[in-house]
Order: sequence, then structure tokens, then C-alpha cells
Amino acid sequence: MTRLLAQNRAFAGACLLLALLWLTYNALHPRGFSAAVLVQNANESVAIGFVAMAQTVPVLMGGLDLSVGAVMTLTNCIASAVVSGSPAQIVLGMVLTLAAGTAFGLMNGLVVVYGRIQPIIATLATGAIAIGLALLIRPQPGGSIDDDLSWALTNQLVDFADTYGLAEGGKTWWFRPFAPLPVPLLLLVGTAFLAWIPFRRSITGRTVYAIGSAEGAAYMSGLPIARAKIAAFTLAGFFAACGGLYLAIQTSSGNADVTQAGAYTLNSIAAVVLGGTSLLGGIGGAIGSLVGALMLRVISFYFRILSVDPLLQPLIEGLVLLAAVSLGAVRTLRVRNRLELFR
Amino acid sequence: MTATLARLHPRNLRPETRPILIAAGFILVILALGTAYTLRAQGTAPLLSPGYLLQQLQIGAFLGLVAAGMMMVILLGHIDLSVPWTLTAAAMMATTVGGPWAIPAGLAVGVAVGLFNGFGVAVLRIPSMIFTLGVDSVMRGLMVAHTGGFAPRTEATPLMRSLAAGKLLGIPTAIFVWAAVSLVVAVTLSRTGFGRSIYATGSREGAAYLSGIRTRLVITGAFVASGLCAAAAGCLLAGYSTRAYQGMGNAYLLPAIAAVVLGGTRILGGSGRYAGTVVGVILIVLLNSVLSIMQMPEAGRQIIYGVVIIGMLLVYGRNERVTS
Repeated sequence: MTRLLAQNRAFAGACLLLALLWLTYNALHPRGFSAAVLVQNANESVAIGFVAMAQTVPVLMGGLDLSVGAVMTLTNCIASAVVSGSPAQIVLGMVLTLAAGTAFGLMNGLVVVYGRIQPIIATLATGAIAIGLALLIRPQPGGSIDDDLSWALTNQLVDFADTYGLAEGGKTWWFRPFAPLPVPLLLLVGTAFLAWIPFRRSITGRTVYAIGSAEGAAYMSGLPIARAKIAAFTLAGFFAACGGLYLAIQTSSGNADVTQAGAYTLNSIAAVVLGGTSLLGGIGGAIGSLVGALMLRVISFYFRILSVDPLLQPLIEGLVLLAAVSLGAVRTLRVRNRLELFR
Repeated sequence: MTATLARLHPRNLRPETRPILIAAGFILVILALGTAYTLRAQGTAPLLSPGYLLQQLQIGAFLGLVAAGMMMVILLGHIDLSVPWTLTAAAMMATTVGGPWAIPAGLAVGVAVGLFNGFGVAVLRIPSMIFTLGVDSVMRGLMVAHTGGFAPRTEATPLMRSLAAGKLLGIPTAIFVWAAVSLVVAVTLSRTGFGRSIYATGSREGAAYLSGIRTRLVITGAFVASGLCAAAAGCLLAGYSTRAYQGMGNAYLLPAIAAVVLGGTRILGGSGRYAGTVVGVILIVLLNSVLSIMQMPEAGRQIIYGVVIIGMLLVYGRNERVTS
């Protein structure tokens, strides 16, 4: 147990900090620790949580994906066009949305691996393409999402059961304990565990970590480099598509907002770093980034309950971000030989 | 004659020169396609008139200044994401101070941000990608607090206006500013010890440090140069539009990175020529302009923009199979 903690110091620290921030927030909130506040907070955290997980996978292999925000925007626009109609059409529309994002991620991977272009600049370009496609689908904000779905997925579990008549409308005895859980949080955590943990344990996932640590060594050890890189970007596309789909469900519309796409991409990098993943690759994980994203969101929630001058909010957000990433500088103070710093 | 031609043969070119020639060739292709379009649509060829080309260079001066600073940082294998709000803050400070001290005040903002970036990246050793991102949001916060979130009422000084929008001998003054900065950067990179140290540090910092280069100073110097260039672009842009406004720098970050990379500078640092960055800037500005002449909607513009970057890099920007 101690060893596990020592190996995941950054991740454990992030979890602790998040717990502290969240508990203080609820203690200060007039209606703290209530299901309503939790649902609202969860709703606002889902998109950035997914995008942060998306960013993690390329970062782990020492790359960077500047297109995650754009892919999220693109899938958001696709979802606003296809997720409505009969139940079968809705399911098909959701599958189509996720498939589109995954395919875009796959394209990123192919460009990086077979085009042999640096990930950061390749995804800068494909990000522009994604935004272009999104604008093509939705020149003006609009579209619609099935109302029942929107209601069911953005509230408590009991509302979900009630909408679709599951477990006798959510009133059975075994369902009661789970009833107040927010659906968005379950979706986020569920996807993280169902998609990320199996990937991490696979050979492809381990290869992603190996590439981030030392690509040359990974290649010499006969690991499937090309496959892992393509998989990393594909998974990033999938997570970004989850974020876009949820954003569409949450807002019941699609919006090809270039500024928003850029903000999500940059925030995803911040979340990844806050969650304990090294930008040099090889260390960290998607769960940590999820914690980092939640941390970013909780900090912004504070402004609602504390009477901070709205004009000072961006400054405080910036200072908190800068201070948080500067914690990584502790490493430089411990280094005995300065050559170890040059990696 | 034969000697010159022989030097131009692909086998005899320095590897950094090939991207520049290809990018320059692509500029001609853009001009040819645009002219073909206007000849068909209107029967005139405005793209080839000196007035139009000079105007494009004037617009390119803003991007060119930002890209010049960005290139110094990219040559080190770092990146400066704080450019947008450094540019905006410099412009806002310059118009706020006003009078003869307007431009020095703006440039001082750039130097201060550059020093701070250099401290974080070179001394604290925080990855530049995230540190400069944090600095960018702090600068944004400072400016929102300073202006109240509105465009400041203060106006650019006459000097800033004449530098950005005035003309000298029939040529826009902004082009002279860009040319002067370009000359300084080009000479610094190719002829001075500082320039050589940048290339050495960008190739392998450990080796540069062991050979006696004070890499922390070099990195800080490059970030100061980047801040200074962004601030100069901010002062110029405020002069061009007579005032500073919120988010005026947002449109310059990604195009600047793209221009540097299209010009053949390696994004991981260590190699690249300044001439390439100039060609990259002209390419991007002309591409934007020709697409707007063709009345291409925003969606098509973004797609073409992305496809062009990928296409150009597929031609000359490819890595080794395994990067170790």
C-alpha cells in the first residue's frame, strides 16, 4: 500500500486536493452536499472530463493532440443533427457520432504514423479540418436532441429509471440506494473504467507507456510501435467524441464554436498536468486527468458562492493554474546532478 | 551560370533550404490559382498588382513579427503559448500610457513576460507548453481586471499609427518595421554566439551545457525575444486599428506556429532558417487572402488550411521512422 502510494505520488496528491476542494466547496455552499448541487456540478464537468481523458493518451506516448477540442466540437455538431427520432434512430445516431470521432482520431493516428509528422503540428492541422467540417454541418448554432434522452442523462439515476420505466420507475427496494447518483458522473466514471483500464492493461496500452519513456528502446524491444500510436490517437478521438456527444445532449444543440474548441484543448492540457501525467510521456493515466479536470471545474465553482469580483475571476483562475503546475518544479530542487534535468 | 544551377540541384542543397524553396514555389501556385480565378470571374488580375502585394506584406507584418519571436523559442524545442495575451497586454499598456512612452511601455510588458517565461522554463524547468499557457491566462486575467472586460477607450499614439498604417516612399511603414526586425533576427541567429547557442541548445541541451553554454540564459533570452516580438506586434496592431481590444492576439498564435513549421523549422528544435519563417508567413497570409477573394466560406477555409499544412509537411517535414 505504501509502495503503491509512493509510486503514484502525483495522482494521490491530486485526489486528496480534489477531495479537499470539493468538501470545502460543499461546506461553504448554502445547499451543500445535496443531490441537486452534485447533479449540476457533474453536468458541467463531463465534457472537460472526457476531453482531458482524450488528451491523456497521446501525452502518455510523448505526443500531444491539439485537435481534441475541435473533434469534440465536430461530434457535438454531428450529434445535434442525428440524435433524435425513434429509439432505434437515437441509438444509431449516438453510435454514428462516436464512430465519427473515433474515425477522426484514427485519421490523426495514420497521419502521425505513416505521414511521420510531429503529433503537435499534425493535430494542429487536423484540428482546423475538424472545425471546418463542424462549420459545414452547423454554420449557425442549432439542431436538436431527443428531449427524453436529454432529461434522462443529465439528472439523477432515479429520473433516468423513471423516464424509461426501468426498475418500476426507480422505486424498487434494490434501486433506492443508487437513486440519487447523478447519471453524468456515472457515465464519466463508467467510460473511464470500461475503456481506459482494459486499454492500459493490453499490450498496446503498455506500448504507449513504453513509447513515452523511450521510443528507441521500445522499438528495439520489438513492441508494436505503429499500432500503439494509432491506437492512442484513435482512443483520444473516441473520448473526445464522448465529450461532444454529451455536450450535445446537455445543451440540446450543436455549436461550431472555434473559441470554445480552443479553450477545451488548452484546458485539457492543464487537466492532464494537474492529474499527475508528465508532458514528457510515460508517467500518468486517464483517471488522473479526470481528477485534474474535476479539480479545474471545482475551482471555477467557488466563484459562484464566494463574492469574488467577477473581473478578478480570470486572474485568480490563471494564478491557481500557474501555481498548480509550478508544484512540478519541486523535482528540480531535489536533483543532485544538473544533467539529469536535460531530458 | 552552371555553377549556380549546380548549387540549386536537390543533392547539393542544405537540408534546411529545400522546404523554403518548396514553400516559395507553393506561394507562386497560390498566386497563379488566385489570378486564374479572378481572370475568369472579373477579367482582371488584381493579385499581381504591386499595390495588392504590398498590402498583403503589410498585413503579414503583424504575423511576421510574432512568428520571428516564436521561431527563436521553437528552435530551442520549446513553445510560447503566452503570445496572444502578451500581444494584447502590450497593446493595451501602450495605449494606456500614451505619449512618447507608449511604445517603450508596450515593449517593457513583452520583456517582463519573456523574463518570467524564461524563469519558469529554464530555472524551474516546467514544460514550456504548460507554463506559458498558465502565463497566458494570468495575463488575460490581469487585462480583464485592468480594462473591466471592455475594449479600452484610450487610443494609439500618432507614432504607433504612422508606424502601422503610414507609408514611406509609397511603401507601407509596417513592412520596414518587419524588415528591420527580420534583419536583426536573421543576423542574430546566423552570425552571433547567442544564435549559435540557440541551435546548440535546441539540438541537445545536455551537450550544450557540458560544452560551456549557459543554457538557462540562452532559453531565457529566447523567451524574452519572443515576448518582445509579440509586444512589438501588439503595438503595431493597436496602431493599425487605432486602439487595443480584447482578444486581439488570439488569431496569431496558431498561424505563427504553422508559419514557422511550414518554413522548415523542426518543431523539436535544433534546425531551421529564418528565411523559411518569412516565406511561411507570406504563404499563410496569401492563402488567407486568396481564399477570401474566392469568397470561400469559413468552413472551407479551415479545411483547406489544414489540408495545406499536412500536405506541405508530407512533402518535406517527415520525421525519421523512430525518434529516440
